Amino acid sequence: MNFPILSTLIFLPLVSSFFIFLSKDQKNNYSSVYISVFSSLATFVLSLFLWYSLDLNSPDFQFVEEHSWINDFIKFKLGVDGISILFIILTTFITPICIISCINSVKDRVKEFLIAILILETLMIGVFCSLDLVIFYLFFEAGLIPMFIIIGVWGGPKRVYSAFKFFLFTLLGSVLMLVAIIAIYWITGTTDITEIYKIKIPKDYQNLLWLAFFSSFAVKTPMWPVHTWLPDAHVEAPTAGSVILAAILLKMAGYGFLRFSIPMFPVASEFFTPLIYTLSIIAIIYTSLVALMQDDMKKLIAYSSVAHMGYVTLGIFTFTKQGIEGSIFQMISHGLISAALFLCVGVVYDRLHSRLISSYGGLVNYLPKYSFLFLLFALAALGLPGTTGFLGEFLVLTGSFQKNYIVAMLATIGVVLGAAYMLWLTKRVIFGKNVKDEIKKLKDTNKLEILMLTTLAFFIIFFGFYPLPLFETLNVSVDNLILNYEQNLNDLKIVEK
Amino acid sequence: MINNLNILLPEIFLTLSIFSILMIGVFIRKSFNLVFNLSSVIIVITLVMILNLPTQPEKIFLDSFVRDNFSNFFKILILASSLFVLNSSKTFITENKIDKFEYPIIILIAILGMFFMVSSNDLILFYLGLELQSLALYILASIDRDNLRSSESGIKYFVLSALSSGLLLYGCSLLYGFTGSTNFDFIANELDKQNTGAIFAMVFILVGLAFKISAVPFHMWTPDVYEGAPTSITSFFAVVPKVAGLALLIKFMHIPFANILLEWQTIIIFISISSMILGAVAAIIQKNLKRLLAYSSIGHIGYALAGVATGAKSGYESAIVYISIYVVMNIGAFSCLYLMKKDGKYKENISDLSGISKKHPLLAISFLIILFSLAGIPPLGGFFAKFYVFTSVIEHKMYALAIVGLLTTVISAFYYLRIIKTIYFDDSSISFDVAKNKVAQITILISCSFLITFFLYPSLLNNVVNTLLIN
Repeated sequence: MNFPILSTLIFLPLVSSFFIFLSKDQKNNYSSVYISVFSSLATFVLSLFLWYSLDLNSPDFQFVEEHSWINDFIKFKLGVDGISILFIILTTFITPICIISCINSVKDRVKEFLIAILILETLMIGVFCSLDLVIFYLFFEAGLIPMFIIIGVWGGPKRVYSAFKFFLFTLLGSVLMLVAIIAIYWITGTTDITEIYKIKIPKDYQNLLWLAFFSSFAVKTPMWPVHTWLPDAHVEAPTAGSVILAAILLKMAGYGFLRFSIPMFPVASEFFTPLIYTLSIIAIIYTSLVALMQDDMKKLIAYSSVAHMGYVTLGIFTFTKQGIEGSIFQMISHGLISAALFLCVGVVYDRLHSRLISSYGGLVNYLPKYSFLFLLFALAALGLPGTTGFLGEFLVLTGSFQKNYIVAMLATIGVVLGAAYMLWLTKRVIFGKNVKDEIKKLKDTNKLEILMLTTLAFFIIFFGFYPLPLFETLNVSVDNLILNYEQNLNDLKIVEK
Repeated sequence: MINNLNILLPEIFLTLSIFSILMIGVFIRKSFNLVFNLSSVIIVITLVMILNLPTQPEKIFLDSFVRDNFSNFFKILILASSLFVLNSSKTFITENKIDKFEYPIIILIAILGMFFMVSSNDLILFYLGLELQSLALYILASIDRDNLRSSESGIKYFVLSALSSGLLLYGCSLLYGFTGSTNFDFIANELDKQNTGAIFAMVFILVGLAFKISAVPFHMWTPDVYEGAPTSITSFFAVVPKVAGLALLIKFMHIPFANILLEWQTIIIFISISSMILGAVAAIIQKNLKRLLAYSSIGHIGYALAGVATGAKSGYESAIVYISIYVVMNIGAFSCLYLMKKDGKYKENISDLSGISKKHPLLAISFLIILFSLAGIPPLGGFFAKFYVFTSVIEHKMYALAIVGLLTTVISAFYYLRIIKTIYFDDSSISFDVAKNKVAQITILISCSFLITFFLYPSLLNNVVNTLLIN
């Protein structure tokens, strides 16, 4: 197959954002909305085609594209395997929903907003496709620019503080990763990750390099104690910004652990496992407790994101098949559920312009459709069997029980706390008797909102009951990942003896 | 001898044309426009001449003048950047009534001085070139002679620069005394670690050069001169002499001081780290854009010096790439200043930019691109500049330098973000006059499109720069 399908996938949103830039401002910006909806749907269809034509029995990277880029130094190399394809699908699936959501919620500078979202989509797909460390870094870092603008321009009252915090935290983490990438180049002579997998980085370097990558991924995940930018960014970002941040940007770090940290630095990964376990457990329990105390809906969901990402890091570093598949599944599921929850908050925020839990109550009598969907997503978030939320957490816990039962038991406490804050949130927002007068005047969800939320609800339930397509896609790649990890570890240990 | 003079053809042409347009300026009244346009034409002709020169290295005048790829590259960079700086600022010059016919002529003289600087292979020629350049720059700094701040900046620059020239000359004479020659190649052979006197000489020369490129701790003049001088002069100061100064520094480290690498390396590392830190920290509290750009240029010189500090060919090359991209970014940034005009007066405070993204979306997006590039965020050109420098720094296992450098990148990102915040996040309070300065707009367009598209073919500059230095 010579057709450069991955490059097309990456640059399609970018090209269409250019067309939006050129398009004339009309009333309500219809042309830019149509272009962006159409192009993001086209990207989605293309990515589905990519999934369909991916050979699931091969652990190798497929659709590989190589172009010489910086002399004989770095190649522009793209490729996908069973793990990255799911993240690409998640990205291309969430983006059209974001674009549709902004028809209701963004009133000001719509054109620029759509351009920013589409550029962000390009960069996010690029992150998941790149097979070269420098290219990865390029896409990873460039995503800061549109997100900074999205939070800063269309955000809430404290948007400047949040945008700065988001940008500087992430940049600080990432520059160390850049040092590590360049160091890897001088150690191995290449930045092509398929080559680096074969070369095996010497044991002495691994710990420092692992820490440098960790500093970037830990900020992005975000792990305790560098998670503090996330609640601020989520609260102030516009709805679509929050959705992209929660659903996709956070997943880059989990993907980074799987793609880079574990295969490239197996010894260091094993060495630092206790650190990851400790931070994950703190994230799960501590941030769940913090979430209980929030009076702002978005902040509550943001803290629950940190807790859910705690399961992800925990699962990845079990190095068991259940754990890793579970954490990937958890990432996909959290991508769908948190997107849905942020959209739900966006729906009422557009009407009442308040995110405080105390402003609401008794919605079930006046917005029945909305309340039903909200309840569904809340239950999915707390891990109700039959939704994707359950499977992810269940597999991660299964995986971690094999390695360390104390950690697994502590992580299970998080499930209980998760149920507590989600149910309490639902009780205060959806139910309750003290109904304010403003609530009585609210209109129920309109067609567009129903469309977005039911699509998400459908997939949350569908993959909750029938997760097989996802696991089939992952199966061979994850097996290969674990196999390589163990082999690598043994080889380096033999060298040591 | 006469046959060899064609090696000097660009310099001879430049000298003769300076004399002739000086005559035109003296004898024709109100000749600013004519002289200005003629000087642009002269720059273009000189550019074409240099492009057509053969590429093999040649030396004349007892090996004191060398013409090779290295000098040609820097001459082209100097000419091209002067052309853009000069033309984008023309409207500014006439509107601020500094349209004296001497203005473009003095710039040409400064260019001539820089030509000899980058081509010199001898202490005497190098010093003459440097002084010709500095003399022209003193006048340029105080060209707005009725303005107190401009005169002040001129005097300040003159006093401090004269001191540094003195140190430089003292270093040169020491070097001659300890090695017995003024020729670079000869000095390179004579120098070794036992020659303690020559190491003193090296320190003096380094101090002088560090002053010219405004590296910490010899940077004190920069913010005041940048702020005091008219913007058109500041943009020249920020770009062209820096290029020549860095070229000379690289040349000194590469040829005469190649054998005492360990001695000067420590000094350069110190200068580099302190420039990066000061450039990042001091810029945070600035309110004036020109002053902020002054501190940012100090920081950028620090990054370029990090490449020089490796003491290896790849490091020098990365520094050259860095300074080339820096030139493009700064020309773009200063051209944006020419469009910030309100009621006939040019604005230069950051607060004057508040909320311009609504009324001037194109100016805002240009600022955005240039500032993110200055901050070194991928995929813009500024990132690759830093990337190449740190690649060679890490190649030579100077991890501490790399980590300090990248951490200061984060700190300096803060003040670039602050400007972007003012442009995009703050409420609109100002709308500038309709811009009539088409050249500045075109310059911004060129600069931005270079920075955006650089990632498509990032080895373009490297391929050129790779041919400059001979082992």
